[in-house]
Amino acid sequence: MSAEGIKKEPLVRIAKRPELTKKKAALVKFSSIIMALFIGGLLILVLGHNPFAVYADMVKGSLIGKISLTATAKIAVPLLGAALAIAPAFKMKFWNCGAEGQITVGAIAATYFALYQYQNLPRPVLIVVMFVSAAIIGGFWGLIPAFFKAKWGTNETLFTLMLNYIAIGCVKYLRLGPWMEQGQMFPKIAMFKPEARLPDVFGVHIGWIMVLVLVFVIYIYMTKTKHGYEIAVVGESISTARYSGMNVKKIIMRTMFLSGAIAGTVGCMIVSGSNYTLSDGVANGYGFTAIVVAWLAKLNPFVMVFISVFLAVLKKGANTIQTDFGIPASASDVLTGLILLSMLASEFFINYRLVFRSKNKEVAK
Amino acid sequence: MSTFLSFAFAAVLAATPLLFGALGEILTEKSGNLNLGVEGMMFMGGVAGLAGTYYYEKAVGEPNAIVSIVIGLVCAFLCAAFGALIYSVLTITFRANQNVTGLALTTFGTGFGNFFGEVMGNAAGGYVSVGAVTKAAFNDGIPYLEDLPVVGKLLFSYNFLVYLAAACTVILAYFLFKTKAGLNLRAVGENPATADAAGINVTLYKYLATCIGGGICGLGGLYIVMNSANGTGGVWVYNSISGYGWLAVAIVIFCTWSPGKAVLCSLIVGALTVIRYYYPLSFIPAAIYEIFPYIATVVVLIAIIFRKKKNNLPPSSLGLAYFREER
Repeated sequence: MSAEGIKKEPLVRIAKRPELTKKKAALVKFSSIIMALFIGGLLILVLGHNPFAVYADMVKGSLIGKISLTATAKIAVPLLGAALAIAPAFKMKFWNCGAEGQITVGAIAATYFALYQYQNLPRPVLIVVMFVSAAIIGGFWGLIPAFFKAKWGTNETLFTLMLNYIAIGCVKYLRLGPWMEQGQMFPKIAMFKPEARLPDVFGVHIGWIMVLVLVFVIYIYMTKTKHGYEIAVVGESISTARYSGMNVKKIIMRTMFLSGAIAGTVGCMIVSGSNYTLSDGVANGYGFTAIVVAWLAKLNPFVMVFISVFLAVLKKGANTIQTDFGIPASASDVLTGLILLSMLASEFFINYRLVFRSKNKEVAK
Repeated sequence: MSTFLSFAFAAVLAATPLLFGALGEILTEKSGNLNLGVEGMMFMGGVAGLAGTYYYEKAVGEPNAIVSIVIGLVCAFLCAAFGALIYSVLTITFRANQNVTGLALTTFGTGFGNFFGEVMGNAAGGYVSVGAVTKAAFNDGIPYLEDLPVVGKLLFSYNFLVYLAAACTVILAYFLFKTKAGLNLRAVGENPATADAAGINVTLYKYLATCIGGGICGLGGLYIVMNSANGTGGVWVYNSISGYGWLAVAIVIFCTWSPGKAVLCSLIVGALTVIRYYYPLSFIPAAIYEIFPYIATVVVLIAIIFRKKKNNLPPSSLGLAYFREER
């Protein structure tokens, strides 16, 4: 037989893997995070720093001591909240990239009451009103793209993204115009009065209790209720949902209203719990990072808790290494991106295996 | 008239990075890959192009404009293509979800650009800035021709990247619709199983189209970093590219995956981004002017619902991974 006559079996081929045990799958995922941190470590090494010292400093700066812990928690809370907000939408395969904007409009609504109605309402009522208004406005902001998607199938990714920029533009308009604080060097919006600020529990605003309760609520909503079931079916196949008599349009709009409403309350938490004012960057990328959190957690609310804390550690730690080593704080974005990319790669190794060309044939030849 | 002339000039300058992004994404999407990482790749290309020219200037002392241009282009193209390569490996070989992978690439690329931009800035003691030679090379118009009355300003006074974008448009349109390889590529995007059966190497086409498309997007990033019209002019400005990548993705949808129409769409969006400097209306606050392009994008997204012509549809397998075994 001539060598050219038969095509060689490829060196590597891909085969579907029988279901991995949960333990093994978790191990693969964990090692992918280590891999990402390793690549990040190489990057740190290239910059001329000791990766171990830098990582240790990140942990120290984010988890050791009350001040660091509080600061990390203040990042983790809105991140977890935003991830919980987009989870139902993502389950429905509605790519809501608009949490950023929904947070922003929620913050605008809360700020209105905090700035202009604080003297007319008793404090508990004021705070409830701020949250409710933020939820309603955030919900409507999420409903707009859902309406057009449900009715005519517009591209929701782009629609929600554009609404982010529009929401941020609105804040800028308010900051430079109607809501500008008088007598300041830089145009900014006034700080909230103490009445409009969220009370602290253990040094962090009560938002953390709210999001932890929300973890359970969303878990039950997505796995134990009729709504959650409908969302799952629409996400798997719109045709199946339609044939089984579900009102797909209603489900899409309802879910996105809910998604936007949760994001809106997160906006309220940020302005009245940690910033005490409204600024253009109020959402601070939480809406985008939340997509990472939700996806890495496979939309499981309990896993999201750990991942949002982990990413908050990265973010707070990156601020620490900026002061200590002069490494830019954007390092946290690079690491987050690396982790997400390697987690995406790891899913392949969970679902498939590589089959190398067997040695026996080579011997036979 | 002169206001209009300046406005048209500025609109072309503002449209060019969007056009690069849109052309790269058209090539990518024609292969059936929906790469939402355009913004990330633009950041990667922008910072790499800046780094290349900056370190070249530092190394030689007396830089040559042509060499500087070539280094900038090559670095930007390769770095952005590397971003697209990551995307390709994950979606084509590892079969990951295209939407999420694209978003991940945007997160990574944005961080990558800002991180290295700041690292270079710190090393340079404050901020990183290219020298006068490179800055001129990336911003000057065509010598002599640009001094012609009227047409000189409007046609010949742009930087070379504008003409490069125009050339890319023609080449891409020719490639897609007049060559065999272009036909094969479109077949891959429409129906990879059929293309595979016809003997087309689906994986190779997808990889090449995505990586080259990514490289072209990167040139858009380089343009934004180097162009002095938007205030960067060879300096790394934190988050300077933010928003452009997504507008480019939107333009691809408006232009119905046609390179020629992409020019028109980019010009319109580009014009909207600069209109406030030329035709300010006192009753519209500046902050509202700034969100015009985004509002327009939303309006067009809604308007194109009513577009039903058959050849205006996206590639049929856009966003779907192709597994030969699962036919």
